[in-house]
Order: sequence, then structure tokens, then C-alpha cells
Amino acid sequence: MIISVASGKGGTGKTLIATSLALSLRNKAQVQLLDCDVEEPNDHIFIRPVIDRTEAVGIPVPVVDEAICTRCGRCAEVCAFNAIAVAGEYVLTFPELCHGCGACSYLCPEKAITEENRETGVIESGKADSIDFTQGRLTVGEAMAPPVIRKVKERTNNDGVAIIDAPPGTSCPVVESVKGSDFCLLVTEPTPFGLNDLKLAVATMKELGIPCGVVLNRAGNGDKNVIDYCESEYIPVLMTVPLDMEIARLYSRGITLAEGIPAWQKEFIGLFDKITEIVDERNRCPER
Amino acid sequence: MKEIVVLSGKGGTGKTSIVGAFAYLAKSKVMVDCDVDAADLYLLLQPEHGEEHEFWSGQTAVIDGAKCTHCGLCEQLCRFDAIHDLVVDDASCEGCGFCANVCPAEAITMKENLAGHWFISKTKYGTLVHARLGIAQENSGKLVAMVRQQAKKIAEESGIELIISDGPPGIGCPVISSLSGTDLALLVTEPTLSGQHDLERVIGVCRHFTVPALVCINKFDINDANTRKIEAYCRNQGIDIASKIPYDSKVTEAMIHGKTVMEYNPNGAAQHMEKLWNIIIDRLGG
Repeated sequence: MIISVASGKGGTGKTLIATSLALSLRNKAQVQLLDCDVEEPNDHIFIRPVIDRTEAVGIPVPVVDEAICTRCGRCAEVCAFNAIAVAGEYVLTFPELCHGCGACSYLCPEKAITEENRETGVIESGKADSIDFTQGRLTVGEAMAPPVIRKVKERTNNDGVAIIDAPPGTSCPVVESVKGSDFCLLVTEPTPFGLNDLKLAVATMKELGIPCGVVLNRAGNGDKNVIDYCESEYIPVLMTVPLDMEIARLYSRGITLAEGIPAWQKEFIGLFDKITEIVDERNRCPER
Repeated sequence: MKEIVVLSGKGGTGKTSIVGAFAYLAKSKVMVDCDVDAADLYLLLQPEHGEEHEFWSGQTAVIDGAKCTHCGLCEQLCRFDAIHDLVVDDASCEGCGFCANVCPAEAITMKENLAGHWFISKTKYGTLVHARLGIAQENSGKLVAMVRQQAKKIAEESGIELIISDGPPGIGCPVISSLSGTDLALLVTEPTLSGQHDLERVIGVCRHFTVPALVCINKFDINDANTRKIEAYCRNQGIDIASKIPYDSKVTEAMIHGKTVMEYNPNGAAQHMEKLWNIIIDRLGG
């Protein structure tokens, strides 16, 4: 089963929930944790894995053999991203604009274009106790997170429980991360920002057809609007974590909830059981 | 004209609350919300309904079932795994058009995407340019560029010398689009290991794009040891810490009331934000 953890708004506690869920389940199932927040991966801080496999990832960008090239301009014509251009007798490539679709090299009538890999990040895998861990790191200064996320997800193990920690927001990196999940946990806080961004995240999951439930974090000093919204939209609130200085202090030191306050492990196992129930129910009656 | 952008790397460190305070404090400015994925600044500034514009960007492949000969070439060549059983998965389609260019039956066309909307709104603190990216859409970087461009245009037309921009979390495409060519980046962090880790990466992005940076440690009293570590790190990097703002529950309360913290409770954290704003004004003036 693949469970992703997303949020819309940043800083609501995705990492806290994803790492606590992984730690709580590690004695019950074969657990894999995939950190797809490749712009700012933080899971490693909390589960302290031993990384034993590092792989560079990148985008295949065009290299033009100018001796063969006839400057016909077909490559520039088919490139949707303006990453290749013919100016007089020059062929210019703009590797940072290239999405690596391969259209130019395939469609070049002279077969003058080959591809080389432009490194944009790394994928790191290892173990933290019995948890299989993989994270992606986008190189600082690079813009495109989705190719790095795709590589992280290629390492998904379908046998056990795979937990995906998604980036904040609702655009392409989030879609790439949560796509293919059986369930998505949306972590929010009981504030107007939390609610606004939760609504956007819910709409994204609906668009992708992924069932979702809410974890309400920092409950206490907010308003009731998130709860009311969830009720009116029939979105289950599966867990509530209180606003608590002790939790915040542990978090600040890189200690996740399930480790710092072990009593929470039972809650996370309960959370997992509820998710399993929802996913099983949905698999029985897929039309719902 | 000067443009300041507020970034953080890690989400939820307080960017928007701080920009809300700046909105109250800055006399003459245009504000722009560059977090087009999850735009929240309008919730503090409570704008009147203003102009709304469509944002068309990028394309998605469409297969005409009547012309398709089921040869499968598109599916085989697509590197984004966006075509399954000759059906295009809109969320995966990158819009490269490779399939449309190779289809021997000419059964594939590319349709333009309505990728979002952008708005020019009036608030009691001045004009706010903001946007809403379409659900599960791409091209957030281009939408960021669009709202910045509009803000600049409005500032020029009305003789305003300052743009204050609320940035997105992360370090990728929309952050780069928010940052490039600005005069100053205020990096809001918190004294957590995650906050520090993410700050280091966003400092790297500022350096890459040669934008000067100032750091603000928000909720600095949550972990004094980490605050000292961040201070030491910034000192080594030659980056000034412009402010240390204490944890103050009034910041969240203000947000719940749809107000900037300056209006809601000018003591506490708000006082520090006011000092921070004065430092930024000095820095921009120099």
C-alpha cells in the first residue's frame, strides 16, 4: 500500500506525521519511507538513516553534432520549451530549459542530435533500523523537481507499506509525488491559512482520484472551520495532534513525535488501521 | 524601483504573517503574492474584489479516437509515462508535443491549458497582485513571473518605488522565478533542525542568483541552542541576522481574525517586525 502525506500549506507537519507513521509501523510491516520533498528533504533529520546508495539523476539534454547538422531548424520547431534554436549558422541549446522529452533527437532528419545527461540532483537510499529509506535532493539552483521525484518513486517497493512525504503546494511536484498513491493524508492546522490550502489540496486529490483523510495538527488555539469543512465535505479527520510546546521542542531538535513521546505510536498504528479500512472498503466498492 | 522578496526554504516559518506586517508598515508599495500554489496573503489583507484575468500556459495532448490507428508509437516514446492504453493522463502530460509530432495518423493535437487565474485587488494597504494556479497545473514559475511583471507595471504607472513580494516555500522553479532580479531576499527561518537545513539551501539559491540576503529567525526562543547555531552559520556565511522574533501566539490569533499582527496586537512579535522593517528600509536605501 502506498500512503502519501501532503498538505497544501507548508510547515503544517507533513514530516512529523510521515516519519512518525514510518517509525510506528516498523515492527508491524515492511516499511519504506520516500522523501519526495526534493527541494527541502527533511525526513533524514528525524530518522537518521545510514545512506549506502547514491545515484545522480538528471535530464537528457541534446548535443548537436554540428558537422552533420544542416541547420534545417526542425529541432527548434518541435521543441515546446525553446530549449534549442537555430540562428544563422549556429545551433544553440539551452539545457536549463530542456525537459528531456527527446523530440529533437528523434525527429532530427540528419540524426545529428544525441543526448547527454545533465545532472540536476541525487537519489540517496539506505536504512534506518528496519525502515527502507529513499530521498531525492534537487541541486541548489536547479528549477525542475519532477524528474528527481520520478526517480525517487521508481524505488517504491509495492510489497509492504510505502510512505511518501510530499512537498507543499498543489502544483506539478505535488502531483508527481502523490500520483499512484492508494491514500493521501492531508496534514493541516486549524487556521484560515490551513483551511484555504487544505481546500486546494483536497481539490487536487479529487482531480487525481486519490481518497484522502485529514490530520489536524496544532489543534487548540485555532478556530473550528477546518473541522466544519471536513464534515461538510465528508472528509474524515483521522487524527488530531494538539498544539504543545513539548512536541514543538522535540521537533526543533530533530526528534519526531513517535520517538519523543512513544505513547503516540499506538495512535499512529490506529491511524494506519483506519487508512487500511478506507482503502479496503474502496477496493471492494470501487464505484465509490 | 526596489523589490524585496520573502522566502524561507521550509514552509510555515511565518513568511506571510511577516509580509502582512510589512504591508501595514510600508507607506507606498505594491504587494505581490508569489506563492501561486497556496496563496494566503489575501486572507490577511482582505481585498475588495478587483480585476480577474485568465492565465493560459502550457499544453496537453489530446488523442482523437476516430483517427487513432492504435499503433502505440506515442505511448512508446512518451518519457513522462503520460499515455496509457492510448489515453492521455492530463496530470502527467508535460506538454512537449513529441507525440503530436510523431503520430503517423495525425490523431494527436495539443490543446492550450487554462493554467490559472491572476488578480489585481485593492486592499486598505495598497494594491495586491496575486494568483491562483489551476488544480494540479504546471507552470507555476511562469505564473509567478506574470504576477511580478504586473506588479512592476502597476508600480511604474503609479510612481511607486517599492514592491514587497511574499514568496513560496522550497528552492525550485517558483522560488527561482520569485527571486531572480530582486534587490533583497529576506529569509525567514525557525530554530529547528529542519529550518536550519532548509535555510542553508535557500541561501545557496540566493548566492546562485546573486541576490543579497538577510535572515530573520522567527520563534527564536523555541530552541536557543539552535538559534545560536543558525547565528554562527550565518556569521560564517557573511549574512546578517536582521531580527530575532520571539514566539507569540498573537501572530496566529491575528491570522484567525483575518488581520495583520500590527493591527491585532502591536506589542510582542509585532514590535520586532517593525524594527525588522526599518532595517530592511535602510538596507534597500543603501
